[in-house]
Amino acid sequence: MLIEVVIILLKVGVIFVALLTTIAYTTYLERKVVAHIQHRIGPNIVGPFGLLQPVADAVKLLFKEEIKPAKADQFFYTIAPMLSFITACMTIAVIPVGNWLEIGGKRIELLISDINIGILYIFAMSSLGVYGIVLAGWSSNSKYSLLGGIRSTAQMISYEVSLGLGIIGVLLLSQTLSVAEIVRQQSGSIFNWYFFKQPIAFFVYFISAIAETNRSPFDLPEAESELVAGYHTEYSGMRFGIFYLSEYANMITVSAIAASLFFGGWNGPILPPVLWFVIKVVIFLFIYVWIRGTLPRFRYDQLMRFGWKVMFPLGLANLIITALILVMKS
Amino acid sequence: MNIDMWQTFKSVFIAIPTGLSITFRYLFRKPVTEQYPKVRPKFEDRYRGLHYLTRYSDGSERCVCCGLCAAACPADCIYMECAETPSGIRYARIYEINELRCIFCGMCEEACPEEAIFLGHEFEFSSGDRDDFIYTKEMLLANYDKIEKERVAKRIKPMIRQERFQFKKPAAPIGH
Repeated sequence: MLIEVVIILLKVGVIFVALLTTIAYTTYLERKVVAHIQHRIGPNIVGPFGLLQPVADAVKLLFKEEIKPAKADQFFYTIAPMLSFITACMTIAVIPVGNWLEIGGKRIELLISDINIGILYIFAMSSLGVYGIVLAGWSSNSKYSLLGGIRSTAQMISYEVSLGLGIIGVLLLSQTLSVAEIVRQQSGSIFNWYFFKQPIAFFVYFISAIAETNRSPFDLPEAESELVAGYHTEYSGMRFGIFYLSEYANMITVSAIAASLFFGGWNGPILPPVLWFVIKVVIFLFIYVWIRGTLPRFRYDQLMRFGWKVMFPLGLANLIITALILVMKS
Repeated sequence: MNIDMWQTFKSVFIAIPTGLSITFRYLFRKPVTEQYPKVRPKFEDRYRGLHYLTRYSDGSERCVCCGLCAAACPADCIYMECAETPSGIRYARIYEINELRCIFCGMCEEACPEEAIFLGHEFEFSSGDRDDFIYTKEMLLANYDKIEKERVAKRIKPMIRQERFQFKKPAAPIGH
């Protein structure tokens, strides 16, 4: 019994630390890639190739003065970044980072928890993420924060629908809600990947995911030309840093879900499963940054129109067609 | 299929991939960043930086205080007062350039009949005090000595005549 608890705690620790490291180095990746797209060099002073830049950033943020608006709602102002970060990190719990390990005759699954409603859990967590942002916007008692928060809420609620429709396309084929089981179904050949069976679902999912994580070109909540910095305008120091971290944590979880549901997760030849998983996630992160370096920001009405009039019908049509084919087959 | 759908379709399958391919190609180009304090920028010879006042090879100043540089200067940043040595050679007793007013146009360099003033390549002479930017004759000459030392070390041929021009004394006083 005790050993079970220890194993679970170890898994949580390892995956959480790995997630935090990935978050730190995603910021580095983003700065480097965007810099090179713009013919710049990017961070290169701190450490070799600037590799210690994330550490320097973290130290800077920790030592900065925290300025709290006097009229902010203290309780929600404090709790909002936590809520945002915790929900962003919790999603990773149901995603298998590799096949199982065998240590001392004990089989250790390389995921924190293989719950049978994994996908539902992912939906729940991504919905909860909105609260962090809307509370931050409201509690700061600033018009920019409030508008940023409201925009963000509207955007995330709209795109969550298409995000869900994208994932349901896979669910229909897999007949299970457990992410570990879905990944196992995709083993064997590259053509077992759900991407090849559900390309439209992947397309809908990925675009909605970019909108869901408030990334460029859908980064309207933090449109600096209109809203200063959006919902985290009034935040400073590490509280601001936490919002930053949760944005990147969201990116990573969304990439991990995309890799697991559509691209076979840890499945792959020769290399160890964990490495395959990491490679796939990093490719998705690169695509995220690449898109950020390419596309300008949407206007708000364009965003809403795109969400409801293009992504939603496309996801729905894909769902209906998939369902029809499945019914006709059986 | 409505207009939105069709436009999205077009942008997704034509416009966005084109844009992405361009940025991907740019990813592998050489960055244009100059790592300035670490790597010195390369200047063309014609670059106009901090002035210097030249000397003849015997160490005497070339400037004869004719005032043409000050007259040519559009920013009016050169100030000079003249004097004469006992042997009758004119020189500038005071020669000051206000480097904050100077626009580094190089007109003084062009106006000078004695090849006495030039604009060098030095560009890092910032200071926290405005008074530090009044460059006196001594400072400008010291600047030349530094440049001259570098020139000798690099064995570059001098660009200007090194000896003072010797006027011949008229054989007989012109009758007047």
